[in-house]
Formats: sequence, structure tokens, C-alpha cells
Amino acid sequence: MKAYISLGYGDLALGSLLVLANAGLSLALQLGIHWRFLVAAARMVVQLALMGVVLSALFSEASPLWTSLAAMVMVAFAGREAAARQDRPLAGLWAYGLGTSSMMMAAALVTVFALTTALRPDPWYDPRYAIPLLGMILGNTMTGVSLGLNGLTSGLATRRAAVEARLMLGASRREALAPVVRQSLRNALMPIVNTMSATGVVALPGMMTGQILGGVAPSEAVKYQILILFLIAGGTGIGAVAAVLGGAFRLTDHRHRLRLDRLAK
Amino acid sequence: MTALLDVADLRRTALQPACFALQRGECVAVHGPSGAGKTLLLRAIADLDPNEGEIFLDGHRRESMSGPQWRRQVGYLPAEPGWWADTVGEHFPDWAAARPLIEALGLPEEARHWPLTRPSTGERLRLALVRALVVEPRVLLLDEPTAALDRLAVAAVETLIGSRVAAGLSVLWVTHDEAQAARVARRFLHVEAGSVREAAA
Repeated sequence: MKAYISLGYGDLALGSLLVLANAGLSLALQLGIHWRFLVAAARMVVQLALMGVVLSALFSEASPLWTSLAAMVMVAFAGREAAARQDRPLAGLWAYGLGTSSMMMAAALVTVFALTTALRPDPWYDPRYAIPLLGMILGNTMTGVSLGLNGLTSGLATRRAAVEARLMLGASRREALAPVVRQSLRNALMPIVNTMSATGVVALPGMMTGQILGGVAPSEAVKYQILILFLIAGGTGIGAVAAVLGGAFRLTDHRHRLRLDRLAK
Repeated sequence: MTALLDVADLRRTALQPACFALQRGECVAVHGPSGAGKTLLLRAIADLDPNEGEIFLDGHRRESMSGPQWRRQVGYLPAEPGWWADTVGEHFPDWAAARPLIEALGLPEEARHWPLTRPSTGERLRLALVRALVVEPRVLLLDEPTAALDRLAVAAVETLIGSRVAAGLSVLWVTHDEAQAARVARRFLHVEAGSVREAAA
């Protein structure tokens, strides 16, 4: 392994000049986003610095309790983010609950699967593997879940007459909602399809480049990246299907009626 | 003899409890000002919106069958019917059964291959009527089925539904046209401010 180049705070300050330049650009061109730019950059720095502290503490302990607690907090934030991305959220607790529980189920399943089969760290819940893995899977699953739910709710709202036309003719809710459900699942899964197609040609994924910068041989880093993309694809699929089918269930009832009154006003 | 459709104390939002019955082979006209709740009444009977109360079809409670089973027997034609596929023909599972009705309403056989952008509002209403009839419901709820039609087409629709009524179909027909109401029905329901009551001719 070659020497790993460590970064000093001065190096970061130098890099931050680019953000300041962007803010200056916003001022000069009257884009009106200079404050948001600076706040976002500051948030990023604080969040990552905290993450560094938390991860250091977690890694030194390798306690199943603290690891699962950290995982829960990550899922909770992902759920909030997915809920905030909805144009027409479900009413009440469902708005947050459906996306969060779908992500939790999907990310937990896929992460545990990877930890117990492919990676097998000792102990299997070793936070040095579990937390970064969960983070990568969760981030992409969140995109899939929020795209899928958004496609479902706005698809049902705009195609209400078409869906109800089938219900009126005696179709079940499953038959009547099938076109909208299919379309929203397609929306949810397209980003990971595109990512996989472009990876290695257009984009070099962050994790792989990170490992290479850290001194890992490219052929080894590539294997990790392939595994991660498989896991992300699995998590996105499971999460999106759970969220979209759960949403379709919530927006219809036992009498096979379309219940758009269960969307938030 | 029991009524074919017996609506007992039907309740839903924006509608006061409604009670009335429909005999087999009877057409009842429904009139009342816009926004009075006529559409809400039809949607509640077809069980498309949450509602309470009891409705019987030929003595069977609505809740004794599933929503789709109920709606195959109690059809509903909305004022603005929806379409889910790209061509007209895809909306008819059995075109051979639909074809004579489509021709009876003055539409050509080629309509099967029309993209849905082609038919006018009036043509769509007639196509949707055929779509509702080929399911062979026992009760049909019509929400202004001739609103966008010329006189010839109105006559064709009235004749077609009249022949189905003569064959035993029961119809609830919402119309703003008093002359049409008198032509198609001998009993009338008046809906005003959410209350449904029997009206004189």
C-alpha cells in the first residue's frame, strides 16, 4: 500500500475558496442564492464534522446498541427527507410513516444480507462496515422511494378519471391502479439503471475513487463498487415496491374505491 | 314484488339521507339545480365514494358482494367519462358485442382504431355509454348522457336506452332537459341542496 496523503485544515480552507467564488458569482449575476449556497456549505461542513466524531466513537466501541441507534437516526432523517420531496403527500402519519418504514425494511434487509454473506466482518455488525454500507444503500433507496411515491400520488391525482372509469366498469383496485403503479415503479428504478449504465464510462463512483485515494488497488476497489451497486439496486427495488404498493393500498379501500381524500389537502 | 334497486337511508357528505326504490325495467329521471348533489347521489349508489346506509339489489345487501361485483351490476356513466388506453378499441374487451351498439348510436365501425384524441366530447359520451352497456348491468346510473349531443344523436341514445329499459334494465337518468325527462321517464326525483325527494311530473 502506498502512502496515504492526509489533509490539513489549511487544505480545506483553500478548497472552500471555490464555494466563496460561487457565492460571489451569485452576487455578481444576481442569482439570489448566495446565502443559501453558504448556509448549505456550512451545514455540510458541520454535519460531516459531527459524522466524523460520531463514527470515530462508534468504531472504537463496536457496540451493537450504539450501531443500531446510529442506523435508526439515519433512517429517521432519510424518512424526513423523502417526505419533504412529495408534491402531494399522504395525509397524517402516513406521509412520514410509509416512506420511512419502506426504507427501513429495504435498507436493513440488504445491509444485513451483505454483512452476513459477502463481507462477513467480525462481528458482523462491525460499524466500520455496517454504517458506511447502510449510508450508501439508504441514500439511493431514499431516491427510489420518494420518486415512486411521488409518481403514485401525482399519477393517481392527474389520472383519477381514467382510474375511476375502470372501477366503474367493475375492475378491482389492483387492475384499475396497475398502469399508475407500473409507471411510478419505473420512475423509481430508472435512476439506478442509469447509474449502472454510466458507471465506469462517464462517472467514477465516490466510494471506489475514495478507496483508490486511500491506497487500495483499483482492481480491488472495483469489486467493492460492483457489490455496492448490486446492493443499491436491490435496496431501491425493495424499498420502491414496498412504498408504492403500500401507497396504492392506502389510497384505495376494501370496497375498491379510489380514496384521494387520504392525500393531504 | 320487491324493487330491483332499493335505496334505504343512504347517507354521505353533502347529501341528506335518501330513500327511494327503482322497479325492474323502470326509468326514473333526476333533476335539480347544478351543484345540488345529483352526481354525489349517483356516485354514492355506485359505491365510488364513502357512504353509509343500506342499498339492496334484488333483495341482496350491497355489502354482501364486493365493490367490483356491485359495480358490474349497478353501472355508472359519469358526465365526463375517463379513458385509460390510447385507442378507442382498447376500452372494449369484446368489440363484436360493442359494434352493433356503436353503429346504433351513429358512430362508424372504424372508431375502433381511433386514437383517443380523435373523438369529440359527444362521440366520447356515446362510446362511454356503449362501454357501460356491454358490461350488461341491471341498473344504469346516467349523469347527463346527452349533454353534448346534437338532436339526432340524442334521439339515438334515448331509443337505445329505451329498448334496454323495455328489456328490463332499470335506469336513473340525470337530466337538465325537462322535455327529455318527460320523454324517458314517468317518475321523477328532485335533488335540491342535498335532499332527494319524489317529485310530481
